Amino acid sequence: MDLFTPIKDHHSETRLFSARILLSAVIATLLLGTVIARLVQLQIVNHEIFAEKSVGNRVRIEAVPPIRGLIFDRKGRVLAENLPTYQLELIPEQVADIDETLRQLARLELIEEEDIDRIKSLASHGLRFKPVTLRFRLDDNEIARFAVQRYRFPGVDFQPRLVRHYPYGHLTTHAIGYVGALSTGDLNRLDVADYSGTFHTGKTGIEFSKEALLHGATGHQQVVTNARGREVPTDTRELSDALPESQSSLPGHSIYLTIDLDLQRIATEAMQGKRGAVVAIDPNNGEILALISAPSFDPDMFALGMSSSEFNALQSDPDRPLFNRAVVGTYPPGSTIKPMLALAALEVGATNLTRRTFCPGYYSLPGSTHRYRDWKPEGHGEVDVHDALEQSCDVYFYEMSRKIGIDRMHYYLDQFGLGQATGIDLIGEKTGLVPSRDWKRAAFREPADQTWFPGETVIASIGQGYLLATPLQLANAAAAMATRGKRYVPHLVAATEDPISGARRLIAPKRLADVNIQNEFYWESVIAGMNDVMQGVRGTARAVGTGAPYQMAGKSGTAQVFTVAQDEEYDEEEIDERLRDHALFISFAPLEDPQIAVAVIIENGASGSRVAAPIARALMDHHLGYGANEIQ
Amino acid sequence: MRKAEPLGDVGRLLRRVHIDNVLLGSLLLLCALGLIVLYSAVSQNMDLWLRQFMRLGVAVVGMLIIAQLPPDLMRRWTPWGYLFGLGLLVMVLALGEVGQGAQRWLDLGIRFQPSEIMKLAVPMMAAWYLHDRQIPPRPVHLLVIAVIIAVPTVLIAKQPDLGTALLVAAAGALVLVLAGLSIRLMFLLAALSVPGAWVLWNFMQEYQKQRVLTLLNPDSDPLGAGYNIIQSKIAIGSGGLFGKGWTNGSQAQLEFLPERDTDFIFAVIGEEFGLLGVLSLLGIYIFIVGRGLYIAMQARDTYTRLLAGSISLTFFVYVFVNTAMVTGLVPVVGIPLPLVSYGGTSMVTLMAGFGILMSIHTHRKFLSR
Repeated sequence: MDLFTPIKDHHSETRLFSARILLSAVIATLLLGTVIARLVQLQIVNHEIFAEKSVGNRVRIEAVPPIRGLIFDRKGRVLAENLPTYQLELIPEQVADIDETLRQLARLELIEEEDIDRIKSLASHGLRFKPVTLRFRLDDNEIARFAVQRYRFPGVDFQPRLVRHYPYGHLTTHAIGYVGALSTGDLNRLDVADYSGTFHTGKTGIEFSKEALLHGATGHQQVVTNARGREVPTDTRELSDALPESQSSLPGHSIYLTIDLDLQRIATEAMQGKRGAVVAIDPNNGEILALISAPSFDPDMFALGMSSSEFNALQSDPDRPLFNRAVVGTYPPGSTIKPMLALAALEVGATNLTRRTFCPGYYSLPGSTHRYRDWKPEGHGEVDVHDALEQSCDVYFYEMSRKIGIDRMHYYLDQFGLGQATGIDLIGEKTGLVPSRDWKRAAFREPADQTWFPGETVIASIGQGYLLATPLQLANAAAAMATRGKRYVPHLVAATEDPISGARRLIAPKRLADVNIQNEFYWESVIAGMNDVMQGVRGTARAVGTGAPYQMAGKSGTAQVFTVAQDEEYDEEEIDERLRDHALFISFAPLEDPQIAVAVIIENGASGSRVAAPIARALMDHHLGYGANEIQ
Repeated sequence: MRKAEPLGDVGRLLRRVHIDNVLLGSLLLLCALGLIVLYSAVSQNMDLWLRQFMRLGVAVVGMLIIAQLPPDLMRRWTPWGYLFGLGLLVMVLALGEVGQGAQRWLDLGIRFQPSEIMKLAVPMMAAWYLHDRQIPPRPVHLLVIAVIIAVPTVLIAKQPDLGTALLVAAAGALVLVLAGLSIRLMFLLAALSVPGAWVLWNFMQEYQKQRVLTLLNPDSDPLGAGYNIIQSKIAIGSGGLFGKGWTNGSQAQLEFLPERDTDFIFAVIGEEFGLLGVLSLLGIYIFIVGRGLYIAMQARDTYTRLLAGSISLTFFVYVFVNTAMVTGLVPVVGIPLPLVSYGGTSMVTLMAGFGILMSIHTHRKFLSR
């Protein structure tokens, strides 16, 4: 040991250590004293109160479930409400042999054999005193069948409960979504205590994204049951040392949607027997007026519970009714992007309002023999930008695209909100895709695939190739076109209301940065072209727009599903229905002071102007006051 | 004479085996009582009971083996043990198994929780560091020990396992207290924790604040976190002076009382054996802690006395936090009732600790003072 290290003083160290041991012992004794004092308080002083509770009374704290918030459309019609039904429930802590009980219930045909495992997992997951639902929606027959056997099933009983009901069924399914039975997955995600006594939770749509608002707050109450028939002490104040005061539940907030039930009905009826989506937006604030995806289904099936076979039928339906095409479906936008590209071409100087191009019915890149065909084999002849929009001349845009270039095309389509989330108040919308050189470099692994080819720019100019957009994005882009560049976040919730205080919170429209177009006159030029699509002498959709009592703008589109070889002819009649082109249509009206923008997509509908455009017209007619009767 | 010789051999062998009979006897008594209570708490489930019985057997054997290792050897190996444990903790965070929402287990042939090693490794490391140094420690040494304690504590709290983190930190801090950490400094640290908590509170998210509030006031969440404590108070209170009798506790047997075989087993004792039962149990605990502190006082060098004192007092912290939590005096943190609650991981560590105590007591070198 060197001289600079202080030598340990064993004597003082031992003294210090002994003192510290003594100090610790004293503190430990004091701490133990408090525990013993607490034990005396619980076991001697308050013994009788606790004894009374544990032996004579079975004091149970029962959850008081909140009433789920209602959902209304923009005119105050109820789209989602709560109706009383009877359901069969089991309280795990009161059932001695859960396997045997479930087997017996299955024998009475009150539950299905294949549900037993699911029920057992639910029963072991939640709190022991919380009822587990065995069956929603008992009919009178089943109630009677169970009532006579009830004595055999302690801990199982039928209870009146409120169950979600959607009065307009399949008309509103994809806009508001639906609630379904709480699964173990939901219980892992949600606060179990706040869902004691609740049997459903939002699964999709507004019901899912606004779950926190709609659910409300669970209350609780003391339920004093006397198993031995003794008097329940009236002075429950004594019990309050250990038991909390009762607290009533708080109902969920009502939600007022921006959608118009009449437009939902018109769109749903028009889409009868078709697959596709319709989205209508008020361009002045982003309010969604209609959002449907076809085919639809009855959302009550989920709220009331359905058998496994019913569910499997829904899930394996080749028309995919559960798939919300309006926000999750992505499609090549086809010629519907031409108005945006025309604007881009004018803005960057790739063309001007008077420049004319000759369309022979095909286009070839310099130094190449590959022919990019126009939809009209004989060609459109001499066209300017206005004619090209009105007649949807592909060759004009093929040529423009080379001058704009893919990166500038990306910039302007991005300005209209394509290729990115719209920010709608639904969870899970798809972003679609607008390609660029950067995107291609990042998206592909092989260096050979990372190069952008001129031909890819050409097909992008008619909305084919890598381009993908959701119907919601197309409606949103049409709205931005209608307002001459003003953009809003599309939304479904107009207002929420606290049912107790009646306080309403209006959701203010969220304005986004305008579309960056310096020369505002170009808007009017492009919109004039879109107007002639509907109401011009050679417009592709003149059959739909001519004779309307107002002016409208539109653009049809066709998206290839099936590739036709270079020298073959596409013959609608000969091709299998599922391989026909998708029909698309975007539009807005009136021309000045636009009130509604619509996007319609019909899968394998073949022709946008012939099949999709009339649906858009019907929605616009109604919204602008030229429609038929309303749903009361 | 010849016939006596084999007996003499056994006697000599026994004298060479290092066992503290007083400690062993009281621990076996505690384990026996624990097994009786557990039989009731697991609702007469023989499978679970036998499993616990075997675990206790293994733990006792482990304790006796550790008691044979001389403390000098333990001291020499302490830093390596500490670093090994630290390495395992990092591995847990990197690739541990997730069990019940937290990442605590490591599967290396046998599944175990590396955080358990730290319950012993941290006080050993702190005592090792102070062994050749001046007592009471100088500020720079305090800082080093603070790091020795803080690193594993933070790693364990991240898993997250707040109960174990608390015990590991306590075991290390107790070494400092026993080594003569100035009382003024202790008060200062306690005083600093108040503004510290306030700052932390302001950084917390709304839901985190809500969780803390529920911990502080269980009645505000009677269907969730508060349920356990309400039922446990009813169980203990209804037990009265004499209790409802073995296997007759309605709160426990009718399953009103959650986690009655693990963290809340003390409430079963209170319900079935009454105040007299819990006082007897606490008496045995006190005796064991007292014996441990006596061993610490008798220890001859800095390392062994600090270690023995810390192990004994940590055992007390276990007992206090669990009983105070079950009686609703402190918020619910997951700390079992030592050697009585069902479960094997903490039991092995506890018994290893008592093995160290026995080793310290039976390997004393009577140095001249």
